Amino acid sequence: MIVLDNVNKYYGDYHALVGITERVEKNEVLVVCGPSGSGKSTLIRTLNRLEDIDGGHIAIDGRDIHAKGFDVNALRAGIGFVFQQFNLFPHLTALENCMLAPVQLKRASKAEAREQAMALLDQVGLAHKAGAYPDALSGGQQQRVAIARALAMRPSIMLFDEPTSALDPEMVGEVLQVMRSLAQQGMTMVCVTHEMGFARDVADRIWFMAEGKILEKGAPGDFFANPQHPRAIQFLADRNRN
Amino acid sequence: MLELIDTYWLYFLVGQYPDGPLGGLVLTILLSGAALVLAMPLGLMLGIARVSRRRVVSLPVGAFVQLVRAVPLLLVLFWVYFFLPAVTGVKTSQAMTMLIVLVVFDSVYLAEIVAAGIRALPKGQLESARSLGLDYGQALRHVVLPQTLRHGLPSIVNQLVSTIKATSLGYIIGLSEVSFIATQINTLVFTRSVEVYLILALTYFLLCFGLSRLAFLLERRLQRRPVGAS
Amino acid sequence: MALFDPTILQSGEYHDWLVQGFILSIQLTVISFAFALPFGALVAVMRTSTSRLLRAVGTTLVESIRNVPLLAHLLFWYFAFPELLPEGLREILYANNPEVVCAVIALTLYSGVHMAEDIRSGIRAVPATQLEAARSLGLGRAAAVRLVLLPQALRASVPPLLSQTVNLWKDTSVATVIGAAEMMYQAARVETASFRSLEAFTFATLAYLTVSLIISAAAYLFQRRYPVRTAA
Repeated sequence: MIVLDNVNKYYGDYHALVGITERVEKNEVLVVCGPSGSGKSTLIRTLNRLEDIDGGHIAIDGRDIHAKGFDVNALRAGIGFVFQQFNLFPHLTALENCMLAPVQLKRASKAEAREQAMALLDQVGLAHKAGAYPDALSGGQQQRVAIARALAMRPSIMLFDEPTSALDPEMVGEVLQVMRSLAQQGMTMVCVTHEMGFARDVADRIWFMAEGKILEKGAPGDFFANPQHPRAIQFLADRNRN
Repeated sequence: MLELIDTYWLYFLVGQYPDGPLGGLVLTILLSGAALVLAMPLGLMLGIARVSRRRVVSLPVGAFVQLVRAVPLLLVLFWVYFFLPAVTGVKTSQAMTMLIVLVVFDSVYLAEIVAAGIRALPKGQLESARSLGLDYGQALRHVVLPQTLRHGLPSIVNQLVSTIKATSLGYIIGLSEVSFIATQINTLVFTRSVEVYLILALTYFLLCFGLSRLAFLLERRLQRRPVGAS
Repeated sequence: MALFDPTILQSGEYHDWLVQGFILSIQLTVISFAFALPFGALVAVMRTSTSRLLRAVGTTLVESIRNVPLLAHLLFWYFAFPELLPEGLREILYANNPEVVCAVIALTLYSGVHMAEDIRSGIRAVPATQLEAARSLGLGRAAAVRLVLLPQALRASVPPLLSQTVNLWKDTSVATVIGAAEMMYQAARVETASFRSLEAFTFATLAYLTVSLIISAAAYLFQRRYPVRTAA
């Protein structure tokens, strides 16, 4: 479904992504972890072209997303992206946040969009907050609305960029719960996260990144029980100590 | 002072109307309001152009803005007053001249307010709008500008205050705005200059101070609604 | 009659008038600045003082001056103020360039209160924790203000102050309303005498532009050389 072929990216002289060549299969739940500055966020942001690349190719559903004349907006409409900082639109209610894109992009009439948005908010447990503005919602609630908003476009892929890192600990669970049920429904997901419990329980595969390279990959069972690469061993040891 | 007000209050308020064109305080207020309203669409466009990533758009607009801000308003007023009739062939009234100049000036300052507001909006807002598949124009219309204008409202009210003060320059080209009328009254009465000009000052003060308090309260109200994750 | 005759800008009677106007505009700016800055600093200190009375006086000054247009100030000082003076002082005023004196008074007060606001925002830009840290080291209040608060406050104030200086330079044009023979007055005078409005206004435009850009360039260079480094 997603094919990365020798993807390279530079920030000035800094080599942020080094020759990444990997695949993500349909219905797969992939977790990307690693120390900060490893390039995990950069990598996930290249998938919906929030960041551009300096070399290599990225293909989604068999189409090169950097091809000349490629419709970036159509690409993004088919991929849901959940940000660390939620980025809900503060001047719109939760319901309106979820309705905006489907209506503006002519995917649904206003009535259909409203119905669908209510169903999604219900799915994330926030139907009773449909008329609330973001500043009246807790962090965990805002992030769940953000997930519903991304789902409203019926994407085939969902990308999560450290979705729980900005949350107080007691709210992390409610967001992970939503992500868990999404995975159970068979959504193709790529998650950058530090939540190792989630990775262990839900992920099909784990990529461990450091300094722009994927140093180790494998099933969660193998990765957590028997890490191979010295950096991965170090990383897990640090995590366990804390 | 009271008989002064009693005798001349109507003249102060509306000039020679209805026996002549509208003047006085009402003219000042109407001109300022009209100028700001007319300048909004232009200011919005210029502001968006200012933050455009295409330098062929942002640089000329930036140069124009800098140019207008480097020159006194009075000079622009003289240019328009002396040359517009020659260019258009139509003799423009002082009020129309003043209005045109005020619209140009207001749109430049409003452009700066809009541009600053767009730049101040967290990057994540535009990113999440684009991530949903909205194009730049849609993202501007539905996400960026509604927030920018809301946050910029106190600055816009302050711009109205500046415009009210700027209308006083119409005096110099003979526009019958409130300062001009005050001087006419002073010439008629002759011995009460201090009272006349204190009343003029007080009038401006009440109007402008009132509006800037409004702007201040708007700003306070905006700060009480924090937006998004810190 | 040629459309644009630059020769009148280079020599002759009209040229002299315009140059005199330019010089007076510069003089008005410099003299008003010299009075406005200390006045502004004083008002800023009053507004940030711990005394409620001083704060109230400062705020009253700023709001009552700021909310009245410069033109109205000029009218007041030129037409109304002399009435308040005793006979002797009034005579002295009228004998000594009253247009310029009244213009300077009006410009000083108007610009001064704007500078006060700029300086005040510079003071407020320094976090309170800076003074706390200074006091924790054992510095007395006056020393803490002098060594820690003021240097940071002034650095933050300079860009808006330079911007205010450009405004002052432009505001001198309004002095024409009371007959001060600055650049706008002279440009209009040339226009009336010769109908050469294009040349006269071009001269004025170039003059205003040049000085404004010089001051703005100074502001830009200052910000490059002494950027505001806040505690991270």
